[in-house]
Amino acid sequence: MTLSKILIANRGEIACRIIRTANRLGIKCVSVFSDADSDSLHVKMADEAIYIGKPPAQQSYLVKEKILESAKKTNCQAIHPGYGFLSESYEFSQLCTKNNLIFIGPPWQAIRDMGIKSTSKHIMSAANVPIIEGYHGEDQSEQRLLHEAEKIGYPVMIKAVRGGGGKGMRIAFNQEEFMRQLQSAKTEALKAFNNDEMLIEKFVEKPRHVEVQVFGDQHSNYVYLYERDCSVQRRHQKVIEETPAPGLSEETRRKIGEAAVKAARAVNYVGAGTVEFIMDPNQNFYFMEMNTRLQVEHPITEMVTNTDLVEWQIRVARGERLPLRQEDIPLRGHAFEARIYAEDPNNNFMPGAGKLKYLQPPKVSDKNIRVETGVEEGDEVSVHYDPLIAKLVVWGEDRKSALQKFRYALADYKISGLTTNIPFIISLCDHKEFINGNVHTDFIPMHREELFKTAKQSDIDDELACCALGTILNFESEMTKIHSNSNLVGNMVPNFWTNNKLEKQFNLVFNNESKTNFKINVKYPSSVSNSYEFDINGKNHTIKFLELNKESRSYQCDVNGHRVKLSYSKDSETGLFSLFLNDRLYEFKLDEKKYEKEQSSSHGDGDLNDSVAPMPGVVDKLFVKVGDTVKKGDPLVVMIAMKMEYVIRSNRDGVIKAINCSVGQNVKKSHKLVSLAE
Amino acid sequence: TLLNKNVLKTNCLRYNSSFAGPQLKTLCETESQTYKENYSQMKRLVDQLNSTTSYVINGGKSGEKARQRHVSKGKLLVRDRIKYLIDPNSPFLELSQLAALGMYGHDEICSAGVVTGIGTIQGQECMIVANDATVKGGTYYPMTVKKHLRAQEIAMENRLPCIYLVDSGGANLPNQAEVFPDRDHFGRIFFNQANMSAAGIPQISVVMGSCTAGGAYVPAMSDENVIVRRQGTIFLGGPPLVKAATGETVTAENLGGADLHCKISGVTDHYALDDEHALDITRRIVSNLNIVKNPSISRLHSEEPLYAADELYGIVSENLMKTFDVREVISRIVDGSRFDEFKAKYGETIVTGYARLFGYPIGILANNGVLFAEAALKAAHFIELCSKRKIPLVFLQNITGFMVGRDVEAGGIAKHGAKMVTAVASAQVPKFTVVIGGSYGAGNYGMCGRAYSPRFMYMWPNSRISVMGGEQAASVMATVTKEQREREGKPFTSEEEQKIKKPIIEKFEKEGSPYFSTARLWDDGIIDPAQTRNVLGLSLSAALNAPIKDTNFGVFRM
Repeated sequence: MTLSKILIANRGEIACRIIRTANRLGIKCVSVFSDADSDSLHVKMADEAIYIGKPPAQQSYLVKEKILESAKKTNCQAIHPGYGFLSESYEFSQLCTKNNLIFIGPPWQAIRDMGIKSTSKHIMSAANVPIIEGYHGEDQSEQRLLHEAEKIGYPVMIKAVRGGGGKGMRIAFNQEEFMRQLQSAKTEALKAFNNDEMLIEKFVEKPRHVEVQVFGDQHSNYVYLYERDCSVQRRHQKVIEETPAPGLSEETRRKIGEAAVKAARAVNYVGAGTVEFIMDPNQNFYFMEMNTRLQVEHPITEMVTNTDLVEWQIRVARGERLPLRQEDIPLRGHAFEARIYAEDPNNNFMPGAGKLKYLQPPKVSDKNIRVETGVEEGDEVSVHYDPLIAKLVVWGEDRKSALQKFRYALADYKISGLTTNIPFIISLCDHKEFINGNVHTDFIPMHREELFKTAKQSDIDDELACCALGTILNFESEMTKIHSNSNLVGNMVPNFWTNNKLEKQFNLVFNNESKTNFKINVKYPSSVSNSYEFDINGKNHTIKFLELNKESRSYQCDVNGHRVKLSYSKDSETGLFSLFLNDRLYEFKLDEKKYEKEQSSSHGDGDLNDSVAPMPGVVDKLFVKVGDTVKKGDPLVVMIAMKMEYVIRSNRDGVIKAINCSVGQNVKKSHKLVSLAE
Repeated sequence: TLLNKNVLKTNCLRYNSSFAGPQLKTLCETESQTYKENYSQMKRLVDQLNSTTSYVINGGKSGEKARQRHVSKGKLLVRDRIKYLIDPNSPFLELSQLAALGMYGHDEICSAGVVTGIGTIQGQECMIVANDATVKGGTYYPMTVKKHLRAQEIAMENRLPCIYLVDSGGANLPNQAEVFPDRDHFGRIFFNQANMSAAGIPQISVVMGSCTAGGAYVPAMSDENVIVRRQGTIFLGGPPLVKAATGETVTAENLGGADLHCKISGVTDHYALDDEHALDITRRIVSNLNIVKNPSISRLHSEEPLYAADELYGIVSENLMKTFDVREVISRIVDGSRFDEFKAKYGETIVTGYARLFGYPIGILANNGVLFAEAALKAAHFIELCSKRKIPLVFLQNITGFMVGRDVEAGGIAKHGAKMVTAVASAQVPKFTVVIGGSYGAGNYGMCGRAYSPRFMYMWPNSRISVMGGEQAASVMATVTKEQREREGKPFTSEEEQKIKKPIIEKFEKEGSPYFSTARLWDDGIIDPAQTRNVLGLSLSAALNAPIKDTNFGVFRM
């Protein structure tokens, strides 16, 4: 059977990644897009694209009928669901089959069986795949769930039966917590999967998350492409993945691989799948779940096995046999993947959204580095979808060399405009225990202190301040060059002053916790040169700013003969400069002028009187009305953002004066939701 | 914003790379004894200029105290205001920094109490006139008025928007007779404002201190103005005068502060919280002027001269008797040291030719000795050419005068010289004069001295300006006395001769100094020779804000 055109029912980096392989195989691609994605990369890269509705996924990417219609309209023979969205909807897979469209993924029965966790465990148990005890029953009454939790013994894990990706999943350490977490998990599951059935299971402490990539074809052939360790997680979502799993014995590798194949065979699996296991410190492993799709982290497997899994998916979908037999699949070297998210590690990994004002991925010098992304500079990271900016994938001969390259590439990943987890991932890479491969799912909470300490900006010295001000002066002069009338001779005689040398004072403020500030006196060069004299607290510094590359906007700053490489951008709204230097991002600006401070203080009463949106999102619930008396800490509003719930609480005791939002309303970050009377 | 990757290029430029005038080859020997002597002498003169300027900029002897008091009120110093007002990286062509130097006895009226100059605001070249309240409260001395009027004259001729940073107590009362009544006195400021406004040259005031009595008309006659809260005041009569006249007791703020004028009287348009706020508002005002500078003049890429500018120190001697080839000077000023000479072999004591300055075409007239009839004819011819072609003229003045003697008088040097003077006077292209040596007698006229309205005129620190040399003047006076004595049959000893000559020489020595000249605003400032290119370039750029007019020459006496 030939495939000449496929529809990709997804967006972002995965859509782009699928298009690349499909195009390489001579297959045309059709993208779908919502209003939020009309200028997105996956739309630009596609051979055709179809508009499918409003930004919320429920009104676009999750609407099966629209996707099917689009595929038919464009005469596609197959649909690739990517990951997330409809990828694990057996109903969708079924619909595709009914409509004579190939669903590039497993048969719908396999999705259904593996998608319902309780069913999947029964099947695995029957197939002799080791499992963990738990309650997977149909009685979903709170009492029964609570009873089962007590029976298993705390801590327990509450999981949405149809869940995945950490959504609708909670841990409870005692009875009181259990009831609260159950409610919260249900709400989230209902939103995400339209189903709030829960399962309860024993929570294994200090576990590792090891998963196996499996592949099956339509001729009952199965292979495993080795394991991935995805233990380092935050909020139950993966941050760094690597393969092979550090410290795994060859025997365990074979055993876990074979167990995964057994699991796939048990459901007559076809295509790419991932079998997830929990592994204890003794390398005992238990079946957790099977993801019946291509995983986010599949590229690391491709790197060590020298395969293209999307190509495999397409070939299998065409009815071909698996390209390699088990014994022919190589395992060479080591690969890491980092998920670069728009989120703030220092603020409980709160997802962010906004414009990527500056985006400079590391240079992809050879095929050992891959940057999988669906965004470009200037694009928005939308509140409606996953805040993934990119995946950085690096391969090396062994774990040590791979980690070193990985660390270097991370430091070379320059993003400004929104907060990212890059500094945090760098500090993870620098952590001794991570370097030693001692990973487990509690890694981040356990090493919280060290990880977060290093993720913050260290003290800022004079040299850095010089680079920062040099950056500002360079920006000013470039802006002058670009914007001024070229008829002015003044452009060629910058900073000239008759019989006098121009000197100016600058107040520089860094956007770190202590708001480090510098008063710097600048003597401008008398001739056309780019060398300045800076005076910081009576100490003189000679600064030169040199442009290295206009395209990549990289510069060198020479401070007293010490040259460092840097690049920067400026946010025109906030005036904040982002300086990438020494593997770090420093943010700073010229201090607000006195009158600006007066102006902003005169109409910003703010602080305790108002409860504001911590991030962009949708108002989900309102607990109060005007005139209500509230106490400090009382919940006022629930917001949904990035498919997560946020409770906005009262900052102080008081009476509600005004409510500036309504349920269902889309609000921006810092929007005043509720105001208290003075 | 991100740096714009596409550098914008305005399409008004016509880059024709066809001009590649011949490059001047220098004969200057930087290792020679003469060069080194000249260099150290000129360097000393430049150092003296810089230290004098620095002294004046810092407010002279009592400057520190006055400046501290000023700053303690939350006000910016006058030059800090200008720095803040102009664009980042904008040059500031400050004019007549040494005005009023030594003219008022013990009173040091530094820079005549007003800073004037041209800087770029939002990409627009503007004339800034800023009172210095640390100098006698910013009151107007006679030289203050003259400097203010000169700045307005420059603005008028070159169509530069005027920004007045007002912080002045008005006319200096003890000097009222020299300040108030005459045509070119205080009232002329407002006359100019009205006429410039009529001509479409924006007049903008920023009230950063007092504007009392006549001073009130500076903001009141502006197109648009800004006032600083609790700092700027505008009234026709201040509180003491009100008290004396009506017995009413009122504070300056209530009488004419920002609240009154922005909210009640409507005398001012914009309310600023402090100096910086006022200056930021002013920048916005300028961005709304909707002026497009689009000179109809050809333009090439600018080229730095081949030779270092400071070599001028070693070429030109402090001793004006020593001669040098003025082409050595030209080659250190113009683009690529390229000079396309006109009539090189005729009338060789004046050098004429075409060059480029920061890409713009200029015609240069430079003295290379005393003016003869041929030189005068050649100069007149060249001025005619440049006027027809609308090429700005640069005069490098180093002239003892026209040749004297029976032969030349018989040859009609008076009428030939008159042709040159007629040409200079009539030429409507922008003219720029730099006195690089002597400026004596009718040579001053022919070479576009102050009376010939060059748009800008500068002096080098080694230059001299007077009707004739001191020696010559003394000899003339001595000869006259001697002849008188001879007629009376009385003796005339050489001792007596010395007695007559000495004071004349001394007087000419003093009055011929560029410092004497610049204090009286006979020029727009003394400049460092090494900065001549930059200063001329900025002056030319300012001049190109006004369209170049057609020239109608007067009758050339044949």
